[in-house]
Amino acid sequence: METLAVEQEPTITKKTQTISGSQAVLEAFVEEGVDTIFGYPGGAIMPIYDALYDYHDKLKHILVRHEQGGIHAGQGYARTSGKCGVVFATSGPGATNLVTGLADAMIDSTPLVCITGQVYAHLLGTDAFQEIDVINITTPVTKWNYQVTDATEIPAVLAKAFYIAKSGRPGPVLIDITKNAQLQQFDYEGYQPCTHIRSYRPKPIIRKEYVTAAAELINKAEKPFIIFGQGVILGKAEKEFKAFVEKTGIPAAWTILGLSALPTDHPLNVGMLGMHGNYGPNVLTNDCDVLIAVGMRFDDRVTGRLDKYAKQAKIIHLDIDPSEIDKNVKATVGVWGDCKETLPMLTKLVESKVYPQWVNRFREYQLEEEKEVIQEELNPSTDVLTMGEVIRNLNELTGGNAVIVTDVGQHQMVACRYAKFNQSKSNVTSGGLGTMGFALPAAIGAKFGAPERTVVAIIGDGGVQMTIQELGTVMQSEVNIKILILNNEFLGMVRQWQQLFHDKRYSFVDIASPDYVAVAKAYKIEGQKISQREYLRDALTTMLNHNGSYLLEVMVGKENNVFPMVPQGCSVSEIRLK
Amino acid sequence: MQKEEFTITVYTENHIGLLVRIATMFSRRKINIESLNTSPSEAEGIHRFTIVINEFEEVVRKLARQIEKQVEVLKAYYNTNDEIIWQELALYKVSTDEIAEKVKVERLLREHGARAVVIRKDYTIFETSGHREETDKLVEVLAPYGLIEFVRSARVAIIKASHGFHEKLREFEEAQPGEEQIENEFLDKQSEVFTM
Repeated sequence: METLAVEQEPTITKKTQTISGSQAVLEAFVEEGVDTIFGYPGGAIMPIYDALYDYHDKLKHILVRHEQGGIHAGQGYARTSGKCGVVFATSGPGATNLVTGLADAMIDSTPLVCITGQVYAHLLGTDAFQEIDVINITTPVTKWNYQVTDATEIPAVLAKAFYIAKSGRPGPVLIDITKNAQLQQFDYEGYQPCTHIRSYRPKPIIRKEYVTAAAELINKAEKPFIIFGQGVILGKAEKEFKAFVEKTGIPAAWTILGLSALPTDHPLNVGMLGMHGNYGPNVLTNDCDVLIAVGMRFDDRVTGRLDKYAKQAKIIHLDIDPSEIDKNVKATVGVWGDCKETLPMLTKLVESKVYPQWVNRFREYQLEEEKEVIQEELNPSTDVLTMGEVIRNLNELTGGNAVIVTDVGQHQMVACRYAKFNQSKSNVTSGGLGTMGFALPAAIGAKFGAPERTVVAIIGDGGVQMTIQELGTVMQSEVNIKILILNNEFLGMVRQWQQLFHDKRYSFVDIASPDYVAVAKAYKIEGQKISQREYLRDALTTMLNHNGSYLLEVMVGKENNVFPMVPQGCSVSEIRLK
Repeated sequence: MQKEEFTITVYTENHIGLLVRIATMFSRRKINIESLNTSPSEAEGIHRFTIVINEFEEVVRKLARQIEKQVEVLKAYYNTNDEIIWQELALYKVSTDEIAEKVKVERLLREHGARAVVIRKDYTIFETSGHREETDKLVEVLAPYGLIEFVRSARVAIIKASHGFHEKLREFEEAQPGEEQIENEFLDKQSEVFTM
């Protein structure tokens, strides 16, 4: 097939000037309001880095220690700022190192624009040094990708990249630019942001009849239940969502990425859904009569066994991505649209109500869960420290105002279950892909995305060793993040499964740790390690009050398990408390 | 429910890499593509993919939505064989000596709607078009006389109920889409919604 001719309307007002392809990339960033780039230079992207030298007053560049760290930092930045993350990497290994982050951003709908350098166009396909077919490698893990071989394409292609990354259901975009295009001088006619692509419709016109049908179902419901995901945050619809919840009086539970969209102590926030979610929301999913899903995609970790999921309920599904409606769970009414627009329409049509008896049932389950699980987790009766009590103390010290970045595993589940959040965009975690090693670099990005906020990275002893090199980035960029390692001397979640489902055959989950405090010290980062309860509070206080980054390692119970749990292949109502 | 033959018609921009993007939609789900054709369409600058697979209707419906979600895809339709007119082209190479001696060529051509494309001393090439069973039948007939080469093209298909893409394209080009453009399979279940 032929090359796509990207249309660009000429701007008459601006005089043309001759600039290089590299400068055009950076001009596009400035025009798009980019302030921070996470990246790592290399041969094929050197012209862009050369141009960047002259843009240091407009564009901050954070030199990471590995491209995976760079892209996770970009994700963290996007998640706390609500803006698009921007990442640079060179060709070949630089580009392939982005793949995990692209996949993570794709499945968690994070807006990113990644620029990779590429060998000269005439060398494409010759197995040149550091040449890799990055477009084909990244096709399944990008919302859109494009290879630029001619500098004149750059302004329009970058405009398209930002538009696609941010609009509709957001996602990562990768632009691969050959070295000759970076060097090429061309007549630059100014930057024109992209507002329309004929083959791409990010936002539909909302069909009112479906909103009406949804409202009718809600008004007739006796036991309605709201489940919400990251769509509320991505749509910047937290206010609209809260208004909807409060007018309808319907209890609401969240997916892991929906966490913080509604304050955790809101009276109608009944907790977390899914495999390690709360007791009530899981059990009552199979008891409600109308299930209202807002900006979530019925992931298998949320639904458990699908053929036993909410079969009794009428399902209303609000989503901006039409391919999600009916994908896993058949919707009775699908409302396709941006929830920023659909929620107010729905709020207008629903009756103001309360469901005291129904809400009370969530409380009853909550009390039982507290008795069986939560009490012991947050206030243990033994000497062994639990992850839960660390989070409880952290909550008390931060007042629920911190950004919490988590990695993947037991600590992630515990942190998401117990962390308190007062404001949106505060929970940064790798949800869909479950990328260990995400938290440390993502926390760096999260801090740059929300510099005024306290950022705490909670990481297990497994995950931290996957991207520990980013301590170098922390050191050099002088970013102020709090690194809290919850060390149980195991790959805890895998160990838990081996204990429960594999007869306690602990196969390669016993992981040794270095002296983290000494490692941090080598990077000029202060830190300490504690293993006793009496020092916990002070240690957390020291960490939070320290002027600059700080690493705190807390030794927690080796064989503690995360409960409740919906075992794989079971229905949500078969959730186990022990 | 049984697997059935479906023809998926995809209208796209003409963009490098789109073929891979669409092909991975199938390979990721371990679905074999029986036939794939790309060609220009009735609308200028718009490309048309015709893809044949054997699958359950539900799988095809979800797949079509995933395809349509791709940035450079304008529209994806899927149809059963009853809903389309379709053809495949086949070429057959046989030894001219064999065929001239043993077969009544004229009858052969008439019965199978074939025509001779090339007649040389050493070989003859026949061409037919039609459904798979039809082109297969000529293979059977020619096999005893030594079929030297055989090739069949991908399916091309026209949707019976389609009014073409000209009108649609105009709407896609508008920044504000018209009613047609917001059509979506799940939104067309309206009657079901109200009879619940």
